[in-house]
Amino acid sequence: MLHAVIAAAAEEAHNPLLPAWPDIIWSAVCFVVILFFFWKLILPRMQKMLDDRAEAIEGNIAKADDAQRKAEAALEQYTAQLADARAEAGKIRDVARADGQKIISELKEQAGAEAARITASAKAQIEAERQAAVLSLRAEVGTLAIDLASGVIGESLTDDAKASAIVDRFLADLEASEKAAK
Amino acid sequence: MLPLATGDGTFQGPSINEFFPEGVFFVGTPFEINRIMLIRFIAMAALILLFWLGTRRMKVVPTRLQSLVEMGLDFARVNIAESILGKKEGKRFLPLLTTIFFLVLFMNLTGPIPFFNIAGTSVIGVPLLLAVISYCTFIYAGLKKNPGNFVRNSLFPPGVPKALYIIVTPIEFISTFLVRPVTLTLRLLMNMIVGHLLLVLFFTATQFFFFTADGAFKLFGAGTLVFGLAFTLFEVLIAVLQAYIFALLTAVYIQLAVAEEH
Repeated sequence: MLHAVIAAAAEEAHNPLLPAWPDIIWSAVCFVVILFFFWKLILPRMQKMLDDRAEAIEGNIAKADDAQRKAEAALEQYTAQLADARAEAGKIRDVARADGQKIISELKEQAGAEAARITASAKAQIEAERQAAVLSLRAEVGTLAIDLASGVIGESLTDDAKASAIVDRFLADLEASEKAAK
Repeated sequence: MLPLATGDGTFQGPSINEFFPEGVFFVGTPFEINRIMLIRFIAMAALILLFWLGTRRMKVVPTRLQSLVEMGLDFARVNIAESILGKKEGKRFLPLLTTIFFLVLFMNLTGPIPFFNIAGTSVIGVPLLLAVISYCTFIYAGLKKNPGNFVRNSLFPPGVPKALYIIVTPIEFISTFLVRPVTLTLRLLMNMIVGHLLLVLFFTATQFFFFTADGAFKLFGAGTLVFGLAFTLFEVLIAVLQAYIFALLTAVYIQLAVAEEH
């Protein structure tokens, strides 16, 4: 077999180590075409895709971070709002309590004043009535006394001037006797 | 290419002429296209079609085809360019390294594929061209980065007694500037040539044993058939491995050229 190979090789002048022009030329054409194909088209496409992919992964991580940050901020905000609301409620309660106190004290004051006014007016009325009673009593006592005295002396004390002088003197005597009795 | 078992009971194995088929178009001109050139064009078209479709509408969440293409491109980017050259330099030489890897891979893979049955890289043109490009690239990268450093690291490795440079410098020169492109070319070329010859040998032998040989020899045919199938799978592995090695070595040469210190 080996002899056959060698014999065949010897028969023909072809040397596989000697390049022929068509071989070199077409090899070069293939090489140039494929080089430019990879260089200008495929590798840039690949690079772009790898960049896109890296960006997508980084983008997703950034998005997740962002969401996390937002959630934390929202939580903080809610907590702050809750605290604010609590403070607000406390404040409202305090104000209400103070208002209540004020209303009660005002009412007390008003009630006191009213009571005082009522008392005062009652006193004044009593005094007025007393004065009226004294006056009417004085008048009636005078008339009664004159009537009595008229009956006693049988003389009409019609002279008013005289009558009132008598009454006055009588009353003055009465008062004097009262004082003496004391 | 087709198994050749002559009717007169003698076995004719594969020959080197399989790599030099008759021209189909432009015969006799420097643009002559033969079967292997056509296979290269088909491999190139398949590569362009696959990557074009796979990256047509790239989404952040990939479709199946896109993930497949991405996996391939990621392999070239991460495992070849960035692991050897680092992020910055890796990005700079990524178009070249990606091209070398996939060009070699697709042209290698036509070897085990039925009806093509020969690797586009099994003729010296592609391996030689790529080796020259790799060679020019690492020299360019070294000279551009720091010419003094590049020449010193390449020819006068530090830490060697000065007298030894008489011996070391010629050796380093030969190994860096002569041996590298030659080994790059031959490693790929010979792997593909031998892979093809082996497969042809196994399958022509199977044909011969089954249909031409007498009696008990027919049993050998089963063995050669099994070997042929096993080596077909092996060729797929070799195709990927050689593409990886070619691109990786190019990256390593560039890295050595731009390195500050060895």
